[in-house]
Amino acid sequence: MTQLALVIDLNVCVGCHACVTSCKEWNTSGWAGPMVDQNPYDGSPTGTFFNRVQTFEVGVFPNTETVHFPKSCLHCEEPPCVPVCPTGASHKRADNGIVLVDYDKCIGCKYCSWACPYGARELDEQEKVMKKCTLCIDRITDATLSDRDRQPACVLACPTSARLYGDVHDPDSEVSVAIRERGGYQLMPEWGTKPANHYLPRQKNRIYISPDELTRVDNPLRKEDLTTYTGEETLDDVAW
Amino acid sequence: MHPAFSVIFLTTLLGAGQGLFLAMFTGQLYALARFLPAQEDQFYAIGSLVALLLLVIGLGASFFHLGRPERAWRSAAMWRTSWLSREVIILPILMALVFAYSVAHLMHWTQPWFRIGEALNVDATLILGLLGTIASFALFVSTAMIYASVKFLEEWHSTFTVINFTLLGLASGFMLAAAYSAYIGNPLVSFFGTWAVVLTLVSLLSRGAHLRRNARLKHKSTVQTAIGVRHTAVVQKAQGAMGGSFNTREFFHGRSPETVRLVRNSFLVLVFPIPILLISGAYLIESTTLPVLAFVIQYIGLIAERWYFFAEAKHPQNLYYQSIS
Repeated sequence: MTQLALVIDLNVCVGCHACVTSCKEWNTSGWAGPMVDQNPYDGSPTGTFFNRVQTFEVGVFPNTETVHFPKSCLHCEEPPCVPVCPTGASHKRADNGIVLVDYDKCIGCKYCSWACPYGARELDEQEKVMKKCTLCIDRITDATLSDRDRQPACVLACPTSARLYGDVHDPDSEVSVAIRERGGYQLMPEWGTKPANHYLPRQKNRIYISPDELTRVDNPLRKEDLTTYTGEETLDDVAW
Repeated sequence: MHPAFSVIFLTTLLGAGQGLFLAMFTGQLYALARFLPAQEDQFYAIGSLVALLLLVIGLGASFFHLGRPERAWRSAAMWRTSWLSREVIILPILMALVFAYSVAHLMHWTQPWFRIGEALNVDATLILGLLGTIASFALFVSTAMIYASVKFLEEWHSTFTVINFTLLGLASGFMLAAAYSAYIGNPLVSFFGTWAVVLTLVSLLSRGAHLRRNARLKHKSTVQTAIGVRHTAVVQKAQGAMGGSFNTREFFHGRSPETVRLVRNSFLVLVFPIPILLISGAYLIESTTLPVLAFVIQYIGLIAERWYFFAEAKHPQNLYYQSIS
C-alpha cells in the first residue's frame, strides 16, 4: 500500500517560512480553501494554517543551536483522529494513506483535535469546520500536471530542499532511502500513532568558543570602551 | 484544556437528569419490595419529567459546542469507533424511555403484564424503568469515555473518569430527588437524602483518588520527544506566529494557577461537605428548603468540578506552543 509522506531535513531548514506562505497561498485558493484569517492587520491576528515553522533553542548559551522545526499533519499510519470522529468526516485514504477531512460532513465538534497529540488540526473560525494539511491532495492527484509539479506546494517552495516527498512504503523511494540512511525518526513515538512524516536529525556539529571570542578586544569606534584612554597611540592616530 | 461551558453544562445536566431518573425508579423498586410506602403515580411521573427536562437542556447546551450544529444529525454515523457517536445515539433513546416511563405512570398503565414468583407484578413502568436504567448507565459510560478514551490527555485517560462521572451524576440526581420530595412535602426525602449522602461520600473518595493520581502524574511526552532532539536543554523560542491560533485557544485555559487551585478547593467544599451538612440539618429540623439548597449548591459545585476537570488536563500539543516571540 502506498503511504505518501514528507521527510523534513532539520539540517537544512533555515526557518524562512517559505513553506508556510506557499502552503497558505496554494490551499487558500485551491481545492481545500479558503483558509481564513481574522484581524490580519490588527493587534491580534489569527488564522488557519496547515503548516507552521516553530523555533527551538537547544543547549545553554553560548553553546546553543537553533532548530527550526516545520510541522504539519503527520498523516499517521494509526491516526488517532479518525476513529473518534462521530460523522466519518475525518478519514484516511486507502489508496495513498493521506488523512483528510470531508468539510461537508464535519460538524466542528473539535473532538479530533483533542485526539491529535501533535496539534496538527485547526478549526477554521469562519467556516467552523476542522482543517488540516491535505498533502496538497489536489496537486499530487492532478494527472494534467507535470511530474515536477505533482508535489505539495511546501516542497516546491522550499529554497533549501529541506523537504522530501514520496512513498515511505516503497523501499527504493527517495524518502525511504533518506529515512533509512540518515536516521529518520518520528515525533512522539511513545503514543504508537506511527506518523508517516519523518524528520532527519541534525548532524553533530560541535562549536568551540573560547571566552575571549565573546568579548571584543579591538574596539576602534570606542563604543562600550571600558578602558581608560590615556593618550597613547590608537588606531585612529595611525596615518594610512 | 480550555473549559467550554457548553460541555460543562452538557455533562453536569445529563448526569443530574440520569441520576434523578434512577432515583425515581429506585424509589419505585423499594416500594415494590415494600421497603417504602408506595407513592402515587404522579410522583414518579413528575420526577421523571424533570429528569427529561434536564436531559433536554443538556442536549441543547451540547449544540453550542458545535461549529456546524445544523449537521449534528450526522454525528450518529460512527458508533462502531466513536464514543461521541455512541453518546449521540443513546441520549435520545434514554429520553424516549424516560418520557415513556413518565407517561406510563401518568396514564396509570400499571396493570401487571405477567407475574414473577408470588408477588412481583411486572407492568409497563417496571419494564420501561429497567430499560431506562440500562440506557442511563450506558450514557454515563459513553459520556465519560469520550474523555477517558483520549490517551494523550493523561489526566482523563483513567477509569476514575468513568467512575466519577457516574457517581457524581448519581449523587446530584439523588440530591435533586430529595429536594423534589422535600419541595412537595413527600416523606421519601430522608430515603433519597440518605442515598444522596452515601453517593456523595463515595464520589468524594473516588474524586479524591483521581485528584491524587493526577497530582502524581508524569507526562509521557516531553519537548524532547515532541521535536525528537535528545538534549536536556530545549527551549521554544517562537511558535511561528506572533498572534494566537486555534492551538493557543483550545488547549490552554488561560487562568493563573491560583485561580485553578481556587476552583478546585471551591468544588471540594461545594460538592461534598456542604450538601451533606445541609441534608443532615434538614433531617434534624425537618426542613423542606434545606434539601433544595443542598442540590443547588452541589450543582454549582459540580460546574466548578467539571471546569477543573477540563482545566487540569494538559494536552501534549502544548509542547509546541510554549513561547510566542
